[in-house]
Amino acid sequence: SNPFEVKVNRQKFDILGRKTKNDVGLPGVSRSKAIKKRNQTLLKEYKEREKTNVFKDKRFGEYNAKITPEEKMIRRFALERQQNYGKKNIYNLNEDEELTHYGQSLAEIEKLNYIVDSDSDTEERGTLSAELTAAHFGGGGGLLRKKVSSEQQDEEEEKPKSRKELIEEMIAKSKQEKQERQTRRESALELTEKLDKDWKEIQALIARKPPKSERKDKEEEKPKPDEYDMIVRELGFEMKAKPSERLKTEEELAKEEQARLQKLEADRLRRMRGIDEEANKKRPSHMSADDLADGFILDKDDRRLLSYKDGKINIENEEEEGEEEEEEGEEEDNENEEESQEESASEDEEDGAADSHSDLESDLESEEEAAGDKKEKKHKANENEAPNVEKLDPKREAAKSELPYTFAVPESYETFKSLLGGRTIEQQLIILERIQKCNHPSLAVGNKAKLEKLFGFLLEYIGELATLDLPELRTIDKLVLPLYNLCQMFPEAASDSIKFILRDAAHDLEEVIEVKGRATFPGLDTLIYLKIVSLLFPTSDFWHPVVTPAFMYMSQLLTKCRVTTLQDVIKGLFVCCLFLEYVSLSRRFVPELINFLLGVLHISLPKKQAQGYTVVHPFTPVGKNLELLLVCDEEDLKSWEKQNVPLSIVTRLKETSRTEINHTRLSCLALCFDLIKKCAALYESLPSFHEIMHPVRILLTQHVPVNEYPEKLQECYHSALKELENKVKHYTPMICEKKKPVPLKQYTPKIVKVLEFGKKQAGSKKEQERKQLIQRHKRELKGAIREIRKDNQYLARMQLSETMERDSARKRKVKELLGSLATQEGEWKAMKRKKWKN
Amino acid sequence: QLPTGLYKKVLVILHDSVLPYMNEPTLMMDFLTVAYGIGGAISLLALNGLFILIHQHNLEYPDFYKKLYNLLDPSIYHVKYRARFFHLTDLFLSSSHLPAYLVAAFIKRLSRLALTAPPEALLMIIPFICNLFRRHPACRVLLHRPAGPADMSEDPYVMEEEEPSESRALESSLWEIQSLQNHYYPDVAKAAAVLNQSLSEMEDDISGLLELSAYELFDKEIKKKAVDVPLEFEQVRGLFGKKNDIFAEHFSLD
Repeated sequence: SNPFEVKVNRQKFDILGRKTKNDVGLPGVSRSKAIKKRNQTLLKEYKEREKTNVFKDKRFGEYNAKITPEEKMIRRFALERQQNYGKKNIYNLNEDEELTHYGQSLAEIEKLNYIVDSDSDTEERGTLSAELTAAHFGGGGGLLRKKVSSEQQDEEEEKPKSRKELIEEMIAKSKQEKQERQTRRESALELTEKLDKDWKEIQALIARKPPKSERKDKEEEKPKPDEYDMIVRELGFEMKAKPSERLKTEEELAKEEQARLQKLEADRLRRMRGIDEEANKKRPSHMSADDLADGFILDKDDRRLLSYKDGKINIENEEEEGEEEEEEGEEEDNENEEESQEESASEDEEDGAADSHSDLESDLESEEEAAGDKKEKKHKANENEAPNVEKLDPKREAAKSELPYTFAVPESYETFKSLLGGRTIEQQLIILERIQKCNHPSLAVGNKAKLEKLFGFLLEYIGELATLDLPELRTIDKLVLPLYNLCQMFPEAASDSIKFILRDAAHDLEEVIEVKGRATFPGLDTLIYLKIVSLLFPTSDFWHPVVTPAFMYMSQLLTKCRVTTLQDVIKGLFVCCLFLEYVSLSRRFVPELINFLLGVLHISLPKKQAQGYTVVHPFTPVGKNLELLLVCDEEDLKSWEKQNVPLSIVTRLKETSRTEINHTRLSCLALCFDLIKKCAALYESLPSFHEIMHPVRILLTQHVPVNEYPEKLQECYHSALKELENKVKHYTPMICEKKKPVPLKQYTPKIVKVLEFGKKQAGSKKEQERKQLIQRHKRELKGAIREIRKDNQYLARMQLSETMERDSARKRKVKELLGSLATQEGEWKAMKRKKWKN
Repeated sequence: QLPTGLYKKVLVILHDSVLPYMNEPTLMMDFLTVAYGIGGAISLLALNGLFILIHQHNLEYPDFYKKLYNLLDPSIYHVKYRARFFHLTDLFLSSSHLPAYLVAAFIKRLSRLALTAPPEALLMIIPFICNLFRRHPACRVLLHRPAGPADMSEDPYVMEEEEPSESRALESSLWEIQSLQNHYYPDVAKAAAVLNQSLSEMEDDISGLLELSAYELFDKEIKKKAVDVPLEFEQVRGLFGKKNDIFAEHFSLD
């Protein structure tokens, strides 16, 4: 306003479109504002710095903005009443004053028992009294009331009274009323006493409870309330039905689920093609990457629900939806039953199957619970265990009494092992689940690291289980679930520990190769780890931090490791299966796979000169390992039946008869045929499919002694061959992609999105964000420092003024004293002089 | 006449510990030609000595390229002397005076054999082939044939033909490399995809790639730092619990 109080920040150049916030400043205003604020806060604090007692505002809800003023008033009133309740004030004559409406106590009205007492005027029964209408229909408009008020007005008009008169009148009235009321009460008391007496006499006759209070007695006298009235009142107080959020139908849920899966699938495809790797880096990271710590893992929830709810099961293909749902549901049921059976069998209890089954269900429920509402769980993880306890069957509970409900995360692998050792599979799972629940990262700071360690322990444990003489693969089969869950929580740590294992394995392999010159296949544990990789991570990605090294390792296994025994063949075929599974979605080409299958076919042939094909490392056209899969025994050939190869055979080839060995060989061959078939289906689209499969085809058509094989094997053979043969040969000459013409240099302005003026726009979005944050931080820091400085200045000023005040006061007082002394002295001298004179 | 082990040992050291010190290196001619004719690893090893004789001592070796061509079989990508062999092959094929049909035959054969090669060899052979294309632009029809027949039922190239000139390599296309663009190892796929575009002028340096080992590749991969780790979204149901799990069909958990 006043031009002398305005400070203008002059701009050197006017730039169109630039928003200027700080072109005009009002230093005086802002300074006075700041001082005022400090007066209210800092000065107050300063003045109260040596005071220990504080003034506390205990008014209910004074600073609570959430409560509306009316509500606040109501609550305060209620509180006041509560405080006064029970305190009898001898001076308060109006103590048991009742709130009334039309002369009826409100408390009674609320009890729904308010009914016009029609005892006195029975003749009016059936007609509508004014009061009744007023109660029912809100007093029937203004007619009745108007009458009353107009009467009053008339009175007032008649004789205008002075204020004093009025007040006197009111006092007199109230006194009168009080007296009347007292007398009435006394009479009522007498009456009730009399009634009590009477009642007691009758009481023996009627078997009913004695009345508790006078009021009840009074009620007894009244007629029973009308049904209509009751209903009307009830309706008035009835909870109004409120619209709640609509429950989603199954269809919608399925649709949502589908959309989610489609999104994930699209994501996977993008990664598989690996085209936009660069763009990928700039994009906000994959959604699963940042759901580590906070525990609000929505996806995970869905997944959990997925696997346990029929009807909403994880489905990839839309067509198969309906059928598979049912199938999977059935499967799960079966699984449940199986588990329950196992359980009852494994634990020597008298528990019926039903018991354990129900127990299992409760476990499932608790799992769902856990998955269901993380937030709730966050607050009461410990309480969460409580319902568990209740749900468990008492019998079962007794049997499992040694299982505590809370577990600390084991610090070392030894403790972890001792924790799980000697338990059944179910117990182990429960223990793991409880460890996870009790140590959820949202509960304490260190839990994340602990659980990450747990993943490593679990992996190690699985490895150990697999290296046992009798590998406990069933246990591993179940342990994969907690492993998966942990991996979903901590992808980074999980990938690190798996990479560590892979590195170790590859390192061992390399060492063996360097020392001995050739390598042997690793143990079952490594194979299981490789399988687990495919369960935990998407194997179709163009590049993946875990899967790609696993690929390289498997490639080494198939090219470097010698095949000398039947176990080696089985392991090799296992790795082939792994390869096929890894590339089943991405359809990537794996030369090693074809080579190995060719080699396996090769060693199933009788020794003779290989023609038309060449085998490559690790197989040799001549050598002692030939005929490893050759079966000559006619009987064994006949008695063979197609069956799955038990994995335990890998660690110890049972000391079995030749027949069984031969059968295993034939199973391997069948597996090999099937893999060839799958390869053919997989690589169909490759332009040089026929060249790739050429050696295999020659071997199959010209060398394999089909006719000697049992029928089932012949079937396998023929289906594989059919798959190979019926692919069309189709070659189109290659044409180079045209080079994109380099655009001419143009001088049109480059248009860049401007985030902030005067700032460099270089760098990625993330970088820019970081810079912005740094900048903001700097600004805030500067502002804070400035504020603190000003505070200090203000305080110093205050202190200075205080001391000045004190000093001036002192000076004044000293002056006063001196003055008074001087006058005293003067007077005294004057007296003296007088004396002298006298 | 020598046992195989000794033969190999002799041939390995021949070119730098024996030949330079002989007054008449040409005396080794017969030995080397015989060794070259034996085939397999011994031929590969003999190549080195032979090269010195041809290069420095004016040895005229008839059908040298034909023999070299026939040395190429699937095992060359797997043997220990791979680096040495390809180093020499690179030298032999570096002459720009070679006929296009010969180079095309070599390219075609090498890439055909690459279909069985391990990734470390592939990483070497693809730039190798690229270099051949750069040296012999006439061979680029293998990559770019806009005027050819639209559809062929058969690859014109004859793999079994021993004579490079008869192999009809120039009528073919490099479908093998196209297949390798689908290789599981991302680096190989990327290297193969280079051939889709027209090649740059500069030759690739393959000397560093010759000695690649599988373990090195593994090490390189495992040391890469990932920004984030994508996860499998399909819920696990057990070790072999995936849909259409191959393992569940063939293995049991007993």
